[in-house]
Amino acid sequence: MSQDTLFDKVWDLHKISKLPGGSDQIFIGLHLIHEVTSPQAFGALKDKNLKVKFPDRTVATVDHIVPTDNQSRPFKDNLAEQMIKTLENNCLEHKIRFFNIGSGNQGIVHVVAPELGLTQPGMTIACGDSHTSTHGAFGSIAFGIGTSQVRDVLATQTIAMNKLKVRQIWCENQLSNGVFAKDLILHVINTLGVKAGVGFAYEFAGPAINALSMEERMTVCNMSIEGGARCGYINPDEKTFNYMKNKLYSPKNQHWEKALTWWKSLKSDEDSIYDDVIKIDASKIEPTVTWGITPGQSIGINQQIPLVDELSHDDKLLAEEAYEYMSFKPGQSIKDIPVEVCFIGSCTNGRISDLRIAAKVLKGKKVSNNVKAFVVPGSEKVANEAKQEGLDQIFKDSGFQWREPGCSMCLAMNSDKLTGNQISASSSNRNFKGRQGSPSGRTLLMSPAMVAAAAINGKVSDVRELFSK
Amino acid sequence: MKSEFTPPIGTITQIKGQCISLIGNDIDTDRIIPARFLKCVNFDSLGESVFEDDRKTLKGSHPFDLKENKNASILIVNSNFGCGSSREHAPQALMRWGIKAIIGESFADIFYNNCIAIGIPCFTLPNKSIKEIQNNKDNKFLFLEIDLKNSLAKAKDLSFNLEIKESSRKMFLSGEWDATSALLMNNNLIENKFNQLPYIKFNIH
Repeated sequence: MSQDTLFDKVWDLHKISKLPGGSDQIFIGLHLIHEVTSPQAFGALKDKNLKVKFPDRTVATVDHIVPTDNQSRPFKDNLAEQMIKTLENNCLEHKIRFFNIGSGNQGIVHVVAPELGLTQPGMTIACGDSHTSTHGAFGSIAFGIGTSQVRDVLATQTIAMNKLKVRQIWCENQLSNGVFAKDLILHVINTLGVKAGVGFAYEFAGPAINALSMEERMTVCNMSIEGGARCGYINPDEKTFNYMKNKLYSPKNQHWEKALTWWKSLKSDEDSIYDDVIKIDASKIEPTVTWGITPGQSIGINQQIPLVDELSHDDKLLAEEAYEYMSFKPGQSIKDIPVEVCFIGSCTNGRISDLRIAAKVLKGKKVSNNVKAFVVPGSEKVANEAKQEGLDQIFKDSGFQWREPGCSMCLAMNSDKLTGNQISASSSNRNFKGRQGSPSGRTLLMSPAMVAAAAINGKVSDVRELFSK
Repeated sequence: MKSEFTPPIGTITQIKGQCISLIGNDIDTDRIIPARFLKCVNFDSLGESVFEDDRKTLKGSHPFDLKENKNASILIVNSNFGCGSSREHAPQALMRWGIKAIIGESFADIFYNNCIAIGIPCFTLPNKSIKEIQNNKDNKFLFLEIDLKNSLAKAKDLSFNLEIKESSRKMFLSGEWDATSALLMNNNLIENKFNQLPYIKFNIH
């Protein structure tokens, strides 16, 4: 059992009681909600005649269903309109802070909370969304919950949960040029497998992690869940505190100093005990691309899609399913596979640094004629910052469509979808069958820089070759 | 689709029903219920859309479409079932189709929690036993009797020692799987915690 890790400390701080069944009752410091997983929870409150316990500790925004082309109300899609309206009404009725479209602070919930300074070290953070692990980048303990647990947090600010085990993923050395946080986390998931994290929180540490910016750290923690870990975190450091400073909701004045003192005390002890430790050599990682139907099925850009014989018994079945669904052949190179749609965005890679690096690749170049390419900023703040820097123009000049903020084609709940068996190069987080809106659509996950490279060449490409030109 | 849906309430000690096997590792919640069906403000009509895309692809031969499985209520799956999104819509859709318990090699964490929270016990068995059930030639009509008190599943000629987290098992036996009331009991402790947490004080604006 782990001891004295950041996870242990934050968990113990928030523990209220041991429930009769043996689970812990955990206080949730920050509760984030959105339109998809909250309406039934508010409905249940009403049925049970309960109130929201601490309305100030819940914050709402709208992201999954928002159209990214025309956001005028009412939305063209009646069901989407009904969902945003329900959220508006619930927030109004229960006095919950809500960042609606046009507020300047709307966006993907996991982009918005950090950029507003709501996400802070040492907090427990829950949201009805599996990518809540993103917030762990700040040294908070953050995890996705289902709608019944959203109901419980609204009613009690607590949930019943069993403590997770802690696995440290020590990332040695440094990522090489043209290799990004997305490549690192795809590599980790490939190395450990998509179910290795079940029952675990992942602590990412080591020189390669320390060198990452806060936004890159968010990308890493964001995809912990794709490795099976519902929680991923990084011990806070000076970079964390610098990022926090002067954010809209970060502590101010005399509170800032107190907060800083407390935050600095929050990290895994040098002699803390982990349930497991894994070492990864970051310098060996190449730009990484998925070829299959789980985020674990990935290879380096210069590698070939694995042969059945190279795989373990367990992975064989899934590989065969993937070859068939993707219409790829074992042994085929991933490089040069033609792509039809390019998507930059999502809670994994829709932040300003993601847009900057993609724009750097695209500047002065044109998207291939055979490609439909679009970029969806992660939030209104990201969009505004990008416009101030002229990034929107670089995207548009290259042939990318510039869209409004939302989750968009990461999960295709709005009208941004693949059609037929189109192949997309996507900066999102899941390549499951049908994930991007077409039951036979195919998704190749990669970093935003790699998506930009694929857009220019119309096929999967090594972005390092574009940088060197 | 079964007739009237009634959600479970209170203690759950025993589940009897016909098994339905779904073979494959890493079956994610996007497959269980594709995202387009999440456009709803209640869970009522999700049952008919469970595995929608997989079922369409298999044109009637998906286990959830086979006539002999029409009345099945115990789902038999392989490893990492329910990985991916936290959508409770996935277990809600399974439950509304008629699933009352799931036995598998392993489950994704959030999916497992969601199942417990809505009253679907999830049990694990080793790969060998799951295969034995899935390959049973009488599988079509394999009826299991699950006894939560003793974590046992029995069929005519078969018997399995099921594994389930002790906390989950206790919650089903006591009826506290619907956690809200147990959580509310500690209202004073919740208030105290709120007042003690260091960061609540930093964040007064």
